[in-house]
Amino acid sequence: MMESMRSEMDAKDMETGKGERITDPSFSSLIAQESGENLLACYQCRKCSAGCPVAHAMDILPHQVIRMVHFGHKERVLASNTIWICASCYTCSVRCPNDIDIAKIMDVLRHTALRSGVRPGERDIPIFHSAFLDSIKSKGRIHELSMIWQYKSKTRDFMKDAALGWRMFRKGKIKLFPSKFGGGRELKSVFSRYEKGK
Amino acid sequence: MFSVDTKRGNRVNELSYYPGCSLDGTAREYDESIRGVCEMMDISLHELEDWTCCGASSAHCTDEHLAIELAARNLAIAERGDRELLVPCVACYSRFKAAEKEVREHPESWETAYQGKVNIRYALDFFCQDSLMDTVGEKVVTPLSDLKVACYYGCLSVRPPEITGVRNYEDPQHMDRLMSVLGAEPLPWSYKTDCCGASLFMTRTDIVRSLTHRLLEMAKEADADCLVTGCTICQANLDGRQDDVGREFGQKYDLPIFYYTELMGLAMGHRDVKKWLGRHLTDPTKLLSSKGLMK
Repeated sequence: MMESMRSEMDAKDMETGKGERITDPSFSSLIAQESGENLLACYQCRKCSAGCPVAHAMDILPHQVIRMVHFGHKERVLASNTIWICASCYTCSVRCPNDIDIAKIMDVLRHTALRSGVRPGERDIPIFHSAFLDSIKSKGRIHELSMIWQYKSKTRDFMKDAALGWRMFRKGKIKLFPSKFGGGRELKSVFSRYEKGK
Repeated sequence: MFSVDTKRGNRVNELSYYPGCSLDGTAREYDESIRGVCEMMDISLHELEDWTCCGASSAHCTDEHLAIELAARNLAIAERGDRELLVPCVACYSRFKAAEKEVREHPESWETAYQGKVNIRYALDFFCQDSLMDTVGEKVVTPLSDLKVACYYGCLSVRPPEITGVRNYEDPQHMDRLMSVLGAEPLPWSYKTDCCGASLFMTRTDIVRSLTHRLLEMAKEADADCLVTGCTICQANLDGRQDDVGREFGQKYDLPIFYYTELMGLAMGHRDVKKWLGRHLTDPTKLLSSKGLMK
Protein backbone atom coordinates (compact mmCIF):
# COMPACT_ATOMS: atom_id res chain seq x y z
CA MET A 1 0.00 0.00 0.00
CA MET A 2 2.77 2.36 1.04
CA GLU A 3 4.67 1.46 -2.07
CA SER A 4 1.81 2.20 -4.43
CA MET A 5 1.01 5.47 -2.64
CA ARG A 6 4.61 6.51 -2.85
CA SER A 7 4.85 5.78 -6.54
CA GLU A 8 1.58 7.57 -7.29
CA MET A 9 2.77 10.61 -5.40
CA ASP A 10 6.03 10.58 -7.25
CA ALA A 11 4.29 10.20 -10.58
CA LYS A 12 2.09 13.17 -9.75
CA ASP A 13 5.08 15.23 -8.68
CA MET A 14 6.78 14.42 -11.90
CA GLU A 15 3.76 15.38 -13.99
CA THR A 16 3.28 18.71 -12.31
CA GLY A 17 6.88 19.42 -11.55
CA LYS A 18 5.95 19.99 -7.89
CA GLY A 19 8.46 19.00 -5.27
CA GLU A 20 11.25 19.25 -7.78
CA ARG A 21 12.53 22.72 -8.23
CA ILE A 22 15.76 22.15 -9.99
CA THR A 23 16.07 20.21 -13.21
CA ASP A 24 19.13 19.83 -15.35
CA PRO A 25 18.35 19.03 -18.99
CA SER A 26 21.88 17.76 -19.63
CA PHE A 27 21.72 15.19 -16.82
CA SER A 28 20.00 12.51 -18.88
CA SER A 29 22.52 12.68 -21.73
CA LEU A 30 25.45 12.72 -19.27
CA ILE A 31 24.27 9.51 -17.59
CA ALA A 32 23.46 7.91 -20.93
CA GLN A 33 26.90 8.77 -22.25
CA GLU A 34 28.84 7.61 -19.18
CA SER A 35 26.93 4.35 -18.87
CA GLY A 36 26.64 3.67 -22.58
CA GLU A 37 23.03 2.67 -21.92
CA ASN A 38 19.94 3.78 -23.82
CA LEU A 39 17.76 5.06 -21.00
CA LEU A 40 15.11 6.21 -23.43
CA ALA A 41 14.27 2.58 -24.14
CA CYS A 42 12.65 2.37 -20.68
CA TYR A 43 8.85 2.13 -20.91
CA GLN A 44 8.31 2.00 -17.13
CA CYS A 45 7.19 -1.65 -16.90
CA ARG A 46 8.56 -1.71 -13.32
CA LYS A 47 10.10 -5.14 -13.69
CA CYS A 48 13.37 -3.81 -12.23
CA SER A 49 11.62 -2.55 -9.10
CA ALA A 50 9.48 -5.67 -8.76
CA GLY A 51 12.50 -7.97 -8.68
CA CYS A 52 14.85 -5.74 -6.68
CA PRO A 53 15.69 -7.51 -3.38
CA VAL A 54 16.47 -4.23 -1.60
CA ALA A 55 13.65 -2.05 -3.01
CA HIS A 56 11.97 -2.03 0.42
CA ALA A 57 14.82 0.09 1.79
CA MET A 58 15.01 2.57 -1.12
CA ASP A 59 13.54 6.06 -1.11
CA ILE A 60 13.09 6.06 -4.89
CA LEU A 61 12.42 2.79 -6.75
CA PRO A 62 14.72 1.79 -9.62
CA HIS A 63 12.17 2.46 -12.41
CA GLN A 64 11.55 5.88 -10.86
CA VAL A 65 15.28 6.61 -10.89
CA ILE A 66 15.33 5.99 -14.64
CA ARG A 67 12.35 8.28 -15.19
CA MET A 68 13.80 11.00 -12.96
CA VAL A 69 17.07 10.86 -14.87
CA HIS A 70 15.03 11.38 -18.08
CA PHE A 71 13.43 14.42 -16.55
CA GLY A 72 16.73 15.86 -15.35
CA HIS A 73 15.94 15.63 -11.62
CA LYS A 74 19.62 15.55 -10.89
CA GLU A 75 19.71 16.58 -7.26
CA ARG A 76 16.93 14.29 -6.17
CA VAL A 77 18.53 11.27 -7.82
CA LEU A 78 22.07 12.00 -6.63
CA ALA A 79 20.91 12.64 -3.05
CA SER A 80 18.71 9.52 -2.95
CA ASN A 81 19.61 6.60 -0.73
CA THR A 82 18.66 4.28 -3.61
CA ILE A 83 21.96 4.61 -5.42
CA TRP A 84 23.83 3.50 -2.26
CA ILE A 85 21.38 0.80 -1.18
CA CYS A 86 21.64 -0.90 -4.59
CA ALA A 87 23.73 -4.01 -3.89
CA SER A 88 24.79 -4.49 -7.54
CA CYS A 89 23.14 -7.91 -7.70
CA TYR A 90 22.22 -7.38 -11.39
CA THR A 91 18.73 -8.87 -11.03
CA CYS A 92 17.23 -5.75 -12.66
CA SER A 93 19.76 -5.73 -15.48
CA VAL A 94 19.13 -9.33 -16.54
CA ARG A 95 15.34 -8.96 -16.39
CA CYS A 96 14.92 -5.63 -18.20
CA PRO A 97 12.92 -6.34 -21.37
CA ASN A 98 14.75 -3.48 -23.10
CA ASP A 99 18.22 -4.62 -22.12
CA ILE A 100 19.01 -1.58 -20.01
CA ASP A 101 21.86 -2.36 -17.61
CA ILE A 102 20.28 -0.64 -14.62
CA ALA A 103 23.01 -1.84 -12.22
CA LYS A 104 25.55 -0.11 -14.42
CA ILE A 105 23.50 3.08 -14.38
CA MET A 106 23.51 2.89 -10.56
CA ASP A 107 27.32 2.70 -10.66
CA VAL A 108 27.49 5.78 -12.88
CA LEU A 109 25.05 7.64 -10.59
CA ARG A 110 27.24 6.83 -7.56
CA HIS A 111 30.34 8.10 -9.39
CA THR A 112 28.47 11.26 -10.43
CA ALA A 113 27.16 11.80 -6.89
CA LEU A 114 30.67 11.54 -5.41
CA ARG A 115 32.06 14.00 -7.95
CA SER A 116 29.18 16.45 -7.49
CA GLY A 117 29.79 16.79 -3.76
CA VAL A 118 26.08 16.31 -2.99
CA ARG A 119 25.36 15.00 0.54
CA PRO A 120 24.86 11.24 0.11
CA GLY A 121 21.47 9.75 0.97
CA GLU A 122 23.21 7.09 3.09
CA ARG A 123 25.84 8.10 5.63
CA ASP A 124 27.82 4.94 6.30
CA ILE A 125 28.04 3.26 2.88
CA PRO A 126 30.26 5.88 1.17
CA ILE A 127 32.39 6.01 4.35
CA PHE A 128 32.83 2.25 4.14
CA HIS A 129 33.91 2.42 0.49
CA SER A 130 36.41 5.14 1.27
CA ALA A 131 37.90 3.17 4.21
CA PHE A 132 38.09 0.11 1.95
CA LEU A 133 39.93 2.00 -0.80
CA ASP A 134 42.30 3.59 1.72
CA SER A 135 43.20 0.12 2.89
CA ILE A 136 44.05 -0.97 -0.67
CA LYS A 137 46.07 2.18 -1.22
CA SER A 138 48.18 1.74 1.89
CA LYS A 139 48.42 -2.04 2.17
CA GLY A 140 47.74 -3.39 -1.32
CA ARG A 141 45.32 -5.94 0.05
CA ILE A 142 42.38 -5.56 2.38
CA HIS A 143 43.55 -6.17 5.90
CA GLU A 144 40.11 -6.61 7.41
CA LEU A 145 40.97 -5.64 10.98
CA SER A 146 42.58 -2.29 10.17
CA MET A 147 40.02 -1.50 7.46
CA ILE A 148 37.15 -2.10 9.91
CA TRP A 149 38.91 -0.03 12.56
CA GLN A 150 39.23 2.87 10.15
CA TYR A 151 35.59 2.58 9.11
CA LYS A 152 34.45 2.50 12.73
CA SER A 153 36.59 5.44 13.73
CA LYS A 154 34.71 7.48 11.12
CA THR A 155 31.21 6.24 11.97
CA ARG A 156 31.91 6.22 15.76
CA ASP A 157 29.82 3.05 16.04
CA PHE A 158 32.31 0.80 17.82
CA MET A 159 29.86 -1.57 19.47
CA LYS A 160 28.00 -2.67 16.35
CA ASP A 161 29.05 -6.24 15.48
CA ALA A 162 31.69 -6.27 18.23
CA ALA A 163 30.40 -9.63 19.49
CA LEU A 164 30.46 -11.09 15.96
CA GLY A 165 34.02 -9.81 15.53
CA TRP A 166 35.09 -11.52 18.75
CA ARG A 167 33.52 -14.84 17.68
CA MET A 168 35.30 -14.62 14.33
CA PHE A 169 38.57 -13.85 16.07
CA ARG A 170 38.22 -16.95 18.24
CA LYS A 171 37.64 -19.06 15.13
CA GLY A 172 40.91 -17.86 13.64
CA LYS A 173 39.20 -15.78 10.96
CA ILE A 174 40.72 -12.43 11.89
CA LYS A 175 44.24 -11.84 10.74
CA LEU A 176 46.17 -9.62 13.13
CA PHE A 177 48.84 -8.29 10.79
CA PRO A 178 48.61 -7.29 7.13
CA SER A 179 50.43 -9.30 4.46
CA LYS A 180 53.46 -7.78 2.81
CA PHE A 181 53.24 -6.80 -0.83
CA GLY A 182 55.54 -5.28 -3.40
CA GLY A 183 53.24 -3.52 -5.85
CA GLY A 184 53.21 -0.19 -4.05
CA ARG A 185 54.47 2.01 -6.85
CA GLU A 186 51.97 0.72 -9.40
CA LEU A 187 49.08 1.13 -6.97
CA LYS A 188 50.20 4.63 -6.14
CA SER A 189 49.97 5.64 -9.79
CA VAL A 190 46.48 4.09 -10.16
CA PHE A 191 45.30 6.04 -7.13
CA SER A 192 46.99 9.30 -8.11
CA ARG A 193 45.28 9.21 -11.53
CA TYR A 194 41.97 8.73 -9.73
CA GLU A 195 42.66 11.53 -7.27
CA LYS A 196 43.61 13.94 -10.07
CA GLY A 197 40.50 13.07 -12.06
CA LYS A 198 38.09 13.55 -9.12
CA MET B 1 45.35 -26.79 -20.05
CA PHE B 2 44.99 -30.41 -19.00
CA SER B 3 47.84 -32.57 -20.16
CA VAL B 4 48.88 -36.13 -19.54
CA ASP B 5 52.27 -36.69 -17.99
CA THR B 6 53.14 -39.92 -19.75
CA LYS B 7 56.19 -40.70 -17.62
CA ARG B 8 54.23 -40.94 -14.42
CA GLY B 9 50.87 -41.63 -15.99
CA ASN B 10 49.36 -38.88 -13.86
CA ARG B 11 47.10 -36.10 -15.00
CA VAL B 12 48.93 -32.89 -14.31
CA ASN B 13 47.37 -29.50 -14.27
CA GLU B 14 49.07 -26.24 -13.56
CA LEU B 15 47.03 -23.17 -12.73
CA SER B 16 47.78 -19.63 -11.64
CA TYR B 17 45.94 -18.82 -8.44
CA TYR B 18 44.56 -15.52 -7.18
CA PRO B 19 43.21 -16.10 -3.65
CA GLY B 20 41.92 -12.57 -3.03
CA CYS B 21 41.68 -10.72 0.27
CA SER B 22 38.81 -12.65 1.90
CA LEU B 23 40.62 -15.93 1.47
CA ASP B 24 43.59 -14.35 3.17
CA GLY B 25 41.36 -13.54 6.18
CA THR B 26 37.76 -14.34 7.10
CA ALA B 27 37.34 -17.01 4.41
CA ARG B 28 40.51 -18.95 5.27
CA GLU B 29 38.68 -22.26 5.20
CA TYR B 30 37.75 -21.68 1.55
CA ASP B 31 41.43 -21.14 0.69
CA GLU B 32 42.52 -24.15 2.74
CA SER B 33 39.85 -26.41 1.27
CA ILE B 34 40.47 -25.33 -2.32
CA ARG B 35 44.19 -26.01 -1.91
CA GLY B 36 43.37 -29.34 -0.26
CA VAL B 37 41.02 -30.42 -3.03
CA CYS B 38 43.45 -29.36 -5.75
CA GLU B 39 46.20 -31.36 -4.10
CA MET B 40 44.00 -34.46 -4.13
CA MET B 41 43.23 -33.90 -7.80
CA ASP B 42 46.87 -33.42 -8.82
CA ILE B 43 46.32 -29.79 -9.69
CA SER B 44 49.15 -27.48 -8.73
CA LEU B 45 48.35 -23.91 -7.89
CA HIS B 46 50.84 -21.11 -8.45
CA GLU B 47 49.82 -18.12 -6.37
CA LEU B 48 50.30 -14.84 -8.26
CA GLU B 49 53.30 -12.97 -7.00
CA ASP B 50 52.51 -9.64 -5.35
CA TRP B 51 48.81 -9.78 -6.06
CA THR B 52 46.72 -6.90 -4.75
CA CYS B 53 43.03 -6.35 -4.05
CA CYS B 54 40.73 -6.51 -7.10
CA GLY B 55 39.02 -3.31 -5.92
CA ALA B 56 35.79 -5.17 -5.10
CA SER B 57 32.48 -3.29 -4.69
CA SER B 58 34.12 -0.23 -3.23
CA ALA B 59 36.12 0.52 -6.38
CA HIS B 60 33.27 0.02 -8.83
CA CYS B 61 30.95 2.09 -6.63
CA THR B 62 33.49 4.91 -6.56
CA ASP B 63 35.25 5.26 -9.91
CA GLU B 64 35.41 3.34 -13.18
CA HIS B 65 39.17 3.79 -13.66
CA LEU B 66 39.97 2.54 -10.17
CA ALA B 67 37.71 -0.45 -10.71
CA ILE B 68 39.24 -1.50 -14.04
CA GLU B 69 42.88 -0.67 -13.32
CA LEU B 70 43.04 -2.26 -9.83
CA ALA B 71 41.66 -5.48 -11.28
CA ALA B 72 43.78 -5.32 -14.45
CA ARG B 73 46.99 -4.99 -12.44
CA ASN B 74 46.52 -8.57 -11.22
CA LEU B 75 45.54 -9.84 -14.65
CA ALA B 76 48.73 -8.34 -16.08
CA ILE B 77 50.73 -10.39 -13.56
CA ALA B 78 48.79 -13.51 -14.54
CA GLU B 79 49.40 -12.79 -18.22
CA ARG B 80 53.17 -13.13 -17.72
CA GLY B 81 52.62 -16.83 -16.96
CA ASP B 82 51.08 -19.09 -19.56
CA ARG B 83 48.38 -20.60 -17.38
CA GLU B 84 44.69 -20.32 -16.72
CA LEU B 85 43.87 -18.19 -13.70
CA LEU B 86 41.83 -19.83 -10.95
CA VAL B 87 39.75 -17.33 -8.94
CA PRO B 88 37.80 -18.69 -5.95
CA CYS B 89 36.08 -15.47 -4.85
CA VAL B 90 33.15 -14.59 -7.04
CA ALA B 91 33.47 -10.86 -6.39
CA CYS B 92 37.09 -10.87 -7.62
CA TYR B 93 36.02 -13.02 -10.57
CA SER B 94 33.29 -10.59 -11.52
CA ARG B 95 35.65 -7.61 -11.32
CA PHE B 96 38.28 -9.44 -13.37
CA LYS B 97 35.79 -10.33 -16.08
CA ALA B 98 34.50 -6.75 -16.17
CA ALA B 99 38.10 -5.48 -16.53
CA GLU B 100 38.78 -8.06 -19.24
CA LYS B 101 35.74 -6.89 -21.22
CA GLU B 102 36.72 -3.23 -20.96
CA VAL B 103 40.39 -3.85 -21.82
CA ARG B 104 39.40 -5.90 -24.87
CA GLU B 105 36.75 -3.48 -26.10
CA HIS B 106 38.38 -0.13 -25.24
CA PRO B 107 42.11 -0.76 -24.79
CA GLU B 108 42.89 2.93 -25.32
CA SER B 109 40.83 3.98 -22.28
CA TRP B 110 42.85 2.28 -19.55
CA GLU B 111 46.40 2.51 -18.30
CA THR B 112 47.35 -1.11 -17.89
CA ALA B 113 49.84 -3.62 -19.21
CA TYR B 114 47.08 -6.20 -19.43
CA GLN B 115 46.15 -7.24 -22.96
CA GLY B 116 43.08 -9.34 -22.28
CA LYS B 117 44.70 -12.72 -22.90
CA VAL B 118 44.24 -14.57 -19.60
CA ASN B 119 41.69 -17.36 -19.36
CA ILE B 120 39.96 -16.39 -16.09
CA ARG B 121 38.19 -19.29 -14.38
CA TYR B 122 35.82 -19.02 -11.45
CA ALA B 123 36.71 -21.99 -9.23
CA LEU B 124 33.16 -23.37 -9.00
CA ASP B 125 32.78 -23.33 -12.79
CA PHE B 126 36.21 -24.90 -13.09
CA PHE B 127 35.36 -27.86 -10.85
CA CYS B 128 31.97 -28.24 -12.52
CA GLN B 129 33.35 -28.88 -16.01
CA ASP B 130 32.45 -32.39 -17.14
CA SER B 131 35.98 -33.78 -17.33
CA LEU B 132 36.80 -32.70 -13.77
CA MET B 133 33.45 -33.81 -12.40
CA ASP B 134 34.32 -37.35 -13.60
CA THR B 135 37.64 -37.17 -11.75
CA VAL B 136 35.87 -35.98 -8.61
CA GLY B 137 33.41 -38.87 -8.88
CA GLU B 138 36.27 -41.37 -9.07
CA LYS B 139 37.86 -39.94 -5.94
CA VAL B 140 34.79 -40.01 -3.72
CA VAL B 141 35.42 -42.36 -0.79
CA THR B 142 32.64 -41.20 1.54
CA PRO B 143 29.49 -40.46 -0.45
CA LEU B 144 27.49 -37.73 1.28
CA SER B 145 24.39 -39.94 1.46
CA ASP B 146 21.27 -38.47 3.05
CA LEU B 147 22.75 -34.98 3.10
CA LYS B 148 20.07 -32.65 1.73
CA VAL B 149 21.72 -29.52 0.39
CA ALA B 150 20.33 -26.25 -0.92
CA CYS B 151 22.81 -24.96 -3.50
CA TYR B 152 23.08 -21.21 -3.11
CA TYR B 153 24.69 -19.55 -6.11
CA GLY B 154 24.05 -15.94 -5.09
CA CYS B 155 24.40 -13.10 -7.58
CA LEU B 156 27.74 -12.72 -9.26
CA SER B 157 28.50 -16.37 -9.98
CA VAL B 158 25.63 -16.31 -12.48
CA ARG B 159 24.89 -12.65 -13.28
CA PRO B 160 25.29 -10.86 -15.59
CA PRO B 161 25.36 -13.83 -18.01
CA GLU B 162 27.38 -11.96 -20.65
CA ILE B 163 30.17 -11.88 -18.04
CA THR B 164 29.70 -15.29 -16.40
CA GLY B 165 28.64 -17.28 -19.46
CA VAL B 166 26.00 -19.09 -17.35
CA ARG B 167 23.01 -19.74 -19.61
CA ASN B 168 20.37 -20.81 -17.09
CA TYR B 169 21.09 -17.92 -14.74
CA GLU B 170 17.63 -17.93 -13.13
CA ASP B 171 17.86 -21.63 -12.24
CA PRO B 172 21.48 -22.77 -12.50
CA GLN B 173 22.25 -26.47 -12.08
CA HIS B 174 26.04 -26.91 -12.14
CA MET B 175 26.62 -26.86 -8.35
CA ASP B 176 23.61 -29.17 -7.96
CA ARG B 177 25.28 -31.63 -10.36
CA LEU B 178 28.54 -31.43 -8.41
CA MET B 179 26.66 -32.20 -5.18
CA SER B 180 25.01 -35.23 -6.83
CA VAL B 181 28.45 -36.49 -7.86
CA LEU B 182 29.49 -36.25 -4.19
CA GLY B 183 26.48 -38.37 -3.27
CA ALA B 184 24.47 -35.57 -1.64
CA GLU B 185 20.89 -34.74 -2.49
CA PRO B 186 20.56 -31.25 -4.03
CA LEU B 187 17.08 -29.85 -3.45
CA PRO B 188 15.06 -27.70 -5.81
CA TRP B 189 14.34 -24.29 -4.29
CA SER B 190 13.49 -20.85 -5.60
CA TYR B 191 16.11 -18.70 -3.91
CA LYS B 192 19.27 -20.08 -5.50
CA THR B 193 20.25 -16.78 -7.04
CA ASP B 194 18.68 -14.26 -4.67
CA CYS B 195 20.92 -11.62 -3.10
CA CYS B 196 22.08 -11.91 0.56
CA GLY B 197 22.78 -8.18 0.90
CA ALA B 198 26.41 -8.61 -0.10
CA SER B 199 28.55 -5.54 0.39
CA LEU B 200 26.02 -3.97 2.79
CA PHE B 201 27.25 -6.49 5.40
CA MET B 202 28.90 -3.88 7.61
CA THR B 203 26.84 -0.84 6.80
CA ARG B 204 23.15 -1.75 6.52
CA THR B 205 23.09 -4.92 8.58
CA ASP B 206 19.31 -4.50 8.94
CA ILE B 207 18.92 -5.15 5.21
CA VAL B 208 21.37 -8.06 5.33
CA ARG B 209 19.42 -9.61 8.22
CA SER B 210 16.11 -9.36 6.39
CA LEU B 211 17.53 -10.92 3.21
CA THR B 212 19.41 -13.69 4.99
CA HIS B 213 16.29 -14.40 7.06
CA ARG B 214 14.34 -15.04 3.87
CA LEU B 215 17.07 -17.27 2.48
CA LEU B 216 17.31 -19.33 5.68
CA GLU B 217 13.51 -19.65 5.83
CA MET B 218 13.26 -20.77 2.22
CA ALA B 219 16.08 -23.29 2.62
CA LYS B 220 14.30 -24.66 5.69
CA GLU B 221 11.00 -24.82 3.82
CA ALA B 222 12.77 -26.81 1.08
CA ASP B 223 13.79 -29.24 3.88
CA ALA B 224 17.51 -28.53 3.50
CA ASP B 225 20.03 -29.73 6.11
CA CYS B 226 22.50 -27.07 5.03
CA LEU B 227 23.39 -24.56 2.31
CA VAL B 228 26.34 -24.74 -0.04
CA THR B 229 27.95 -21.71 -1.62
CA GLY B 230 31.00 -20.51 -3.51
CA CYS B 231 30.82 -16.89 -2.39
CA THR B 232 32.74 -15.62 0.61
CA ILE B 233 30.31 -12.80 1.40
CA CYS B 234 27.25 -15.06 1.14
CA GLN B 235 28.99 -17.55 3.44
CA ALA B 236 29.93 -14.86 5.97
CA ASN B 237 26.46 -13.29 5.97
CA LEU B 238 24.57 -16.59 6.29
CA ASP B 239 26.98 -18.30 8.69
CA GLY B 240 27.89 -15.37 10.91
CA ARG B 241 24.53 -13.63 11.21
CA GLN B 242 22.40 -16.72 11.81
CA ASP B 243 22.09 -16.14 15.57
CA ASP B 244 21.23 -12.43 15.14
CA VAL B 245 18.63 -13.24 12.48
CA GLY B 246 17.12 -15.94 14.68
CA ARG B 247 16.83 -13.51 17.61
CA GLU B 248 15.32 -10.76 15.49
CA PHE B 249 12.70 -12.98 13.86
CA GLY B 250 12.03 -15.28 16.82
CA GLN B 251 13.39 -18.40 15.13
CA LYS B 252 16.10 -20.89 15.86
CA TYR B 253 18.34 -21.67 12.93
CA ASP B 254 21.01 -24.30 12.82
CA LEU B 255 21.86 -24.50 9.16
CA PRO B 256 25.55 -25.01 8.39
CA ILE B 257 26.80 -22.98 5.41
CA PHE B 258 29.46 -24.97 3.52
CA TYR B 259 31.82 -24.02 0.77
CA TYR B 260 31.42 -26.57 -2.05
CA THR B 261 35.15 -27.31 -1.72
CA GLU B 262 34.69 -28.36 1.93
CA LEU B 263 32.08 -30.91 0.88
CA MET B 264 34.36 -32.10 -1.94
CA GLY B 265 37.15 -32.55 0.63
CA LEU B 266 34.79 -34.38 2.98
CA ALA B 267 33.59 -36.79 0.28
CA MET B 268 37.13 -37.37 -1.00
CA GLY B 269 38.41 -37.98 2.53
CA HIS B 270 40.79 -35.06 2.98
CA ARG B 271 42.64 -35.16 6.31
CA ASP B 272 42.02 -31.49 7.21
CA VAL B 273 38.25 -31.27 6.87
CA LYS B 274 37.76 -30.91 10.63
CA LYS B 275 40.14 -27.96 10.73
CA TRP B 276 38.28 -26.20 7.90
CA LEU B 277 34.87 -26.77 9.47
CA GLY B 278 36.18 -25.68 12.86
CA ARG B 279 36.27 -22.12 11.54
CA HIS B 280 32.51 -21.94 10.96
CA LEU B 281 30.38 -19.91 13.36
CA THR B 282 27.38 -22.20 12.81
CA ASP B 283 28.89 -25.54 13.83
CA PRO B 284 28.43 -28.20 11.12
CA THR B 285 29.87 -31.15 13.08
CA LYS B 286 26.59 -32.09 14.77
CA LEU B 287 24.81 -32.42 11.44
CA LEU B 288 27.65 -34.39 9.85
CA SER B 289 27.93 -36.74 12.85
CA SER B 290 24.18 -37.40 12.77
CA LYS B 291 24.52 -38.41 9.11
CA GLY B 292 27.49 -40.64 9.91
CA LEU B 293 29.80 -38.46 7.82
CA MET B 294 32.10 -37.40 10.62
CA LYS B 295 33.34 -39.05 13.77
